[in-house]
Amino acid sequence: MSGQNIVLINGRVIDPLSGVDGICEIHIRDGRIVAGHSRGEEVIDLAGKWVVPGLIDMHVHLREPGEEYKETIASGCRAAAAGGFTAVACMPNTHPVNDNGTITRFIVSQAEGCAARVWPIGAISTGLAGEKLAEMGEMKREGAVAVSDDGRPVVNSQLMRRAMEYAASHALPVISHSEDLALSRGGCMNEGALSTRMGLQGIPAAAEAVMVEREILLAELTGAHVHIAHVSTCQSVELIRLAKEQGLAVTGESAPHYFTLTEDAVRGYNTNAKMSPPLRSEADREAIIAALADGVLDVIATDHAPHSILEKENEFASAANGITGLETSLSLTLRLVRSGALSVKRMVELMSCNPAQILGVPGGSLAVGEVADITVIDPDVQWIFRTAESLSKGKNSPFDGMEMEGRAVMTFLAGERTLLD
Amino acid sequence: MKAEKEETVQQRPYSFSHHSIFGIEQLSVEDIQHILATAVSFREIAARPVKKVPTLRGKTVINLFFEPSTRTRTSFEIAAKRMSADTFNINASTSSTSKGETLIDTTRNLQAMAPDIIIVRHSAAGVPELLGRHVEASIVNAGDGAHEHPSQALLDMMTVMEHKGHIDGLKIAIIGDISHSRVAISDFIGFTRMGAKISVAGPRTYLPIGVEQFGVEVCNSVADAVKDADVVITLRIQLERQNDSLIPSLHEYSRFYGINSEILRGAKDDVIVMHPGPVNRGVELNPDVADGGRSVILDQVANGVAVRMALLYLVHGGERKEKVQEKQP
Repeated sequence: MSGQNIVLINGRVIDPLSGVDGICEIHIRDGRIVAGHSRGEEVIDLAGKWVVPGLIDMHVHLREPGEEYKETIASGCRAAAAGGFTAVACMPNTHPVNDNGTITRFIVSQAEGCAARVWPIGAISTGLAGEKLAEMGEMKREGAVAVSDDGRPVVNSQLMRRAMEYAASHALPVISHSEDLALSRGGCMNEGALSTRMGLQGIPAAAEAVMVEREILLAELTGAHVHIAHVSTCQSVELIRLAKEQGLAVTGESAPHYFTLTEDAVRGYNTNAKMSPPLRSEADREAIIAALADGVLDVIATDHAPHSILEKENEFASAANGITGLETSLSLTLRLVRSGALSVKRMVELMSCNPAQILGVPGGSLAVGEVADITVIDPDVQWIFRTAESLSKGKNSPFDGMEMEGRAVMTFLAGERTLLD
Repeated sequence: MKAEKEETVQQRPYSFSHHSIFGIEQLSVEDIQHILATAVSFREIAARPVKKVPTLRGKTVINLFFEPSTRTRTSFEIAAKRMSADTFNINASTSSTSKGETLIDTTRNLQAMAPDIIIVRHSAAGVPELLGRHVEASIVNAGDGAHEHPSQALLDMMTVMEHKGHIDGLKIAIIGDISHSRVAISDFIGFTRMGAKISVAGPRTYLPIGVEQFGVEVCNSVADAVKDADVVITLRIQLERQNDSLIPSLHEYSRFYGINSEILRGAKDDVIVMHPGPVNRGVELNPDVADGGRSVILDQVANGVAVRMALLYLVHGGERKEKVQEKQP
């Protein structure tokens, strides 16, 4: 274990934290990045490839415990490694809910030996019921790195205030699923001309922004770090921009589907384009891309949400929310790099450095002494994403059959290869 | 004879090519004209002492209703029976088991019974298309959520044709709860496609976002919408939505948006009033209008049977088969 000494040569190393972007060697010994050659190094020639700190997806649903028919921690980690991720943070909406140290410990133990690091996110409220604070300290002791009731908002503003205060005292960021349930009630897609045309009840963009603003005001009140999950609208982007200008501890993420697709993907009642928040308009899509580029949004996270056909082959209105994302995220982000919307450096910040920093976990850096979590990207390889070949148990993706350019070809987890070229 | 033949040669031969009817959206002007003409030819069957033709003999038609409906289901059933089809009514529940399993299970069971036509109504938009992906039978949408109700729009068009002789150029006012109305959506598409001008009025809570996309004029008052109208269509207020804070009270609604003979004075003298039924008398429609000389509501019901006969006939492919036979030596 971690015994292999490796040197990566001829690759373009992009390490934003140390300001490196150029051809150089990376030496790996005993699972860490070291300064010089070691005895018996395996030499891997990465000419034409990019070498970046291991990608981190800070928003996934691994479904274990409780819904192992949709995904397990092991299958989710295999999909993560295939997508270039060396670490994922999993949301607590399992069965039972990860709202106590015992479940957190179970998740950590199930993740041992898997193809990616798993950072559990604990619940804000017991049973995600929004009534009573979960045992955040106990969960942190067992390995939780943040708290969230993701999948639903904390409706009670006083409980959210207390959650922020209490989480701050345990140095846990609070991740907000921002949704005004009264405004979104009954809705299943973006509210607009298309929802009217399709006869589907819409969810107005304001349903998200109203709650984003509440979280920002509570962050100001409490001084706590609030991270806004899956930002989908330009209004939310503007609110986060203002909060950052005020110097508040507010960060935000968006997902590849929000910067790749619009509500048009729902046409034909395609339940593989149904998620919460819903796909929005072209103006929102463009605002998300701009915010990822200019720093208003800090993170690209997938909201990987595997479901089976039981939940998806269904009336649109009652089909489950969510799509898989681990194996498409990098390639979809590379489209933004190719179009010039994002620099390579910015992509690495969004997918590795910033999630590591927000969650306070190792990674996000290729500096000497760091753990050797590394992703190797071939930016030019042409391939077609097929859910049938996906390593995730979930086949619910709107990107099935899509032509892609660029993908991860190698991932190293503490110096061990988890994805073979 | 000769002239007819020449015409046939010049015209692109029209044939109805839809295997299923999911909505008015899929229908061209030619399709609509053809359905209406076919329906007119079937209407006289209702006047015969023996109201039955053998056209669909041996065909299996399933009425699959996930939402309670008496009028539409009965209308389709009578239509199928008048065509000599074997009809079966399935009143399915949308909520009996966990999400979706019911629908997919029901669908597979139905397919195993090899029906020819499935008429489906469901509270969720898009269910007819979903069914269509899983069964070989023709699907006829009898109303899906707030999406479409094509047979209603066709019978509305047939009724207007019957009274006005044409649709092109007419002003049609549609009043009421548009945001929850599949009838409104199908009427918008159908009537505008046939050349009518539509004006709508209702409280903003009843007007869906982006209603302008249908090419309709949104009026501030019922009086504006009804002014010089040839046709006024009132939509049913769904009393079960009273708790959704869409209108303060039925009393207030009827005062500001109800259709009575007073407000109809602004319309054309020969205005006709339609309603998809059942009417909440005294709410969206005053009894003096609902049961008065301008009301053509019962004509709509009669035409509904004829339109549905036409749809069943056309989707089952009888016409296409005849064409194939004609070509055979």
